[in-house]
Amino acid sequence: MRHIISILMENEAGALSRVAGLFSARGYNIESLTVAPTEDITLSRMTLVTRGSDEIIEQITKQLNKLIDVVKLVDLAEGPHIEREMMLIKVKTPGAGAREEVTRLVEIFRGNIIDVTPTTYTIELTGHADKLDAFIVALDKAPILETVRSGVSAISRGTKSLHI
Amino acid sequence: MAFRVFPANDGAIEKESLDVKLTGAEILTRFLADEGVEYVFGYPGGAVLHIYDALHRQDRLKHILVRHEQAATHAADGYARSTGKPGVVLVTSGPGATNAITGIATAYMDSIPMVVITGQVPTNLIGNDAFQEVDSVGITRPCAKHNFLVKDVNDLAMVLKKAFYIATTGRPGPVVVDIPKDVTAEIAEYKYPRQIEMRSYNPVVKGHPGQIKRAVKMMAGARRPMIYSGGGVILDDASKALTELGHLLNCPVTNTTMGLGGFPASDRQFVGLLGMHGTYEANMAISNCDVMIAIGARFDDRVTGNIEKFAPRAKIIHVDIDPASISKNVKVDVPIVGGVNNVVKAMLKQLKADGFKPNEETLGKWWEQIEKWRAKDCLKYSTDGERIKPQHAVDLVHRITKGDAFVTSDVGQHQMWAAQYYGFDKPRRWINSGGLGTMGFGLPAAMGVQLAHPKAQVACITGEGSIQMNIQELSTCLQHCLPIKIVCLNNGYLGMVRQWQEFFYDKRYSHSYMDSLPDFVKLAEAYGHVGIQVDKPADVEGAIKETFKLKDRLVFLNILTDPEENVYPMVPAGAGLDEMILI
Ligand SMILES: Cc1cc2nc3c(=O)[nH]c(=O)nc-3n(C[C@H](O)[C@H](O)[C@H](O)COP(=O)(O)OP(=O)(O)OC[C@H]3O[C@@H](n4cnc5c(N)ncnc54)[C@H](O)[C@@H]3O)c2cc1C
Ligand SMILES: Cc1ncc(C[n+]2csc(CCOP(=O)(O)OP(=O)(O)O)c2C)c(N)n1
Ligand SMILES: [Mg+2]
Repeated sequence: MRHIISILMENEAGALSRVAGLFSARGYNIESLTVAPTEDITLSRMTLVTRGSDEIIEQITKQLNKLIDVVKLVDLAEGPHIEREMMLIKVKTPGAGAREEVTRLVEIFRGNIIDVTPTTYTIELTGHADKLDAFIVALDKAPILETVRSGVSAISRGTKSLHI
Repeated sequence: MAFRVFPANDGAIEKESLDVKLTGAEILTRFLADEGVEYVFGYPGGAVLHIYDALHRQDRLKHILVRHEQAATHAADGYARSTGKPGVVLVTSGPGATNAITGIATAYMDSIPMVVITGQVPTNLIGNDAFQEVDSVGITRPCAKHNFLVKDVNDLAMVLKKAFYIATTGRPGPVVVDIPKDVTAEIAEYKYPRQIEMRSYNPVVKGHPGQIKRAVKMMAGARRPMIYSGGGVILDDASKALTELGHLLNCPVTNTTMGLGGFPASDRQFVGLLGMHGTYEANMAISNCDVMIAIGARFDDRVTGNIEKFAPRAKIIHVDIDPASISKNVKVDVPIVGGVNNVVKAMLKQLKADGFKPNEETLGKWWEQIEKWRAKDCLKYSTDGERIKPQHAVDLVHRITKGDAFVTSDVGQHQMWAAQYYGFDKPRRWINSGGLGTMGFGLPAAMGVQLAHPKAQVACITGEGSIQMNIQELSTCLQHCLPIKIVCLNNGYLGMVRQWQEFFYDKRYSHSYMDSLPDFVKLAEAYGHVGIQVDKPADVEGAIKETFKLKDRLVFLNILTDPEENVYPMVPAGAGLDEMILI
């Protein structure tokens, strides 16, 4: 099953490599990983998407908790949560037809065109990872030059929060 | 680079705690002494020259100069295992640090508290492929409990305090502190940090009361209970509590290799080692018990054999301070996260409060069965032949040292024979590399043990293969007058490898023969020690007596043993514990 593990950790040099190292050393897979400091700059928030059986996920969370720099973590997939990913995508728009088509798609997917050249569009799109996937499929006709995805960020629904 | 000369050893810790300005190197040595460190095992080099200079100008810490950095880590490790106090290592950057890796990994696998200080190139050169630069923090990350790079001298004392705190609490382990050379020269105020608090690290030591109640209920209902205990009992100095629990439940007790001495080997309830080279009675009891109480043990694959066939009839209670050890390999029924002492004492209290009495009838039958297994006498060996039996040599060492020696060992058949035949009645007496299985561990570990216990008998039971992996330490032993007794069970083979080749590779002895061995007697003498050699069964007792009589000398006793002797019982890879190969 797919799990979204959200980690609050000390904002120390090397903290990220401890997590990445743990995953490679123990053969766990990482689908995506994002990290940035929180409102308290001594803390970083990391969102990690992984897959595995219940036993593997249990070991992953225990092993992550064991890292000295990890303050707290939660498996968001265990409860209601919201997840978002941001994508920047540059596509070739050779003619007016292509432009129109892409513009329409961007509207449908509620994205923004954030840069334009005579032959390209750059689009910003935010949403659930599935929506970004669907957008890429829908683009089908317009050749993609570049795709940049942020990886998943997620937060629990309701009043519950991950803080110290 | 300005040096400040500071009067060495200016008094007790109270006075030390006044704020003073010191160099990083002085902060380090002062801190270590204030922390109560006795010995630093190390080897100098460019990046740690300031530190060595500070060491020279103080006399509260004793430095033991080894002959190879790997030996420094094993010596600190032996010191830690035999005392419970953290071992301390000091090595230079680059090759000094890489040489220490094997010892750090060894300590990590066996959860041994250790603080390793590595020198580093100056901060402005880090990342430049500078002379003797290696990414020590990167290399040690997967084989240390934690590590630090100190970039500011003002952080040094606090980082060191954290290092000791992390190394010695929770599930213990080695912590590496990498200190760039410039940081050891810079000046800062020093005050010994007495308090430490870390929001991200708070190991649980008290067991959950509800879980303890559930466990106690399960014990009370057991018909065929069994205790399987490991290194956690030794690490938590909990053998008294464990022994009391064993006696109260009146159940069989087995120990892992790491747990030997946690329950007295001479006790009737002790059924010996379990696992790959465990006794018939221990492995059969595991396979047939209905309630297993696992205490401070981690269900290692050498212990469980085929996991599907492990303890198939048992409900399992597991006490461990590391949540990640629980249900990692074997799913358990009652997990209890906490320290052994705390949890077992709470169990005892609950059992007594409940007026617990063992069920004589069901236990009687259980013991009857166990005695039948025990009657197989799976550790028997014959002394009739022309060759010295290694098992006999270990039995004799036990008898002659009155079972009261500290025994270190290397890795191989001799290690298993030492574990099976020495019979440890006390904790912290059996010092071996279980998890990593590091050949070359025995002699340097014995140095640390002997330094910590100058009056005690310290034996290193080794093989002719292993001893050559850190033989250079004979020189360190001479320098520091360490009267270790090296008992080399010399079978002329990498015996454990040969045994596997005999069993599983049709006796194709690929590179397991130890050719061109040195004359160990002459070698010992060349290093300034005593060497003795025996090859006849009739002479072995006399030789061991003579060896241990030489109280203040290191003796290298080279015992030429039966080259094709095997370690029995043995559970072949993939088999269940009740499918042992017996002699
Ligand atoms: C050649 C060879 C053959 C071997 N054959 C065997 C064999 O036949 N049988 C055998 O048993 N071993 C054997 N070993 C050793 C084996 O590899 C393991 O090292 C050993 O079984 C692990 O012991 P343990 O489970 O007690 O764990 P340890 O490694 O000692 O781990 C201790 C456990 O206790 C926990 N702990 C630590 N502190 C505390 C505390 N304060 N409170 C509570 N819990 C705590 C830790 O979290 C950990 O889970 C062999 C090794 C070699 C090299
Ligand atoms: C550093 C290292 N290299 C290789 C091994 C693999 N190994 C395990 S036991 C063994 C043989 C040890 O030979 P010896 O010390 O003579 O002991 P014996 O088995 O003969 O008693 C070897 C090579 C190891 N454990 N450690
Ligand atoms: Mg040998």
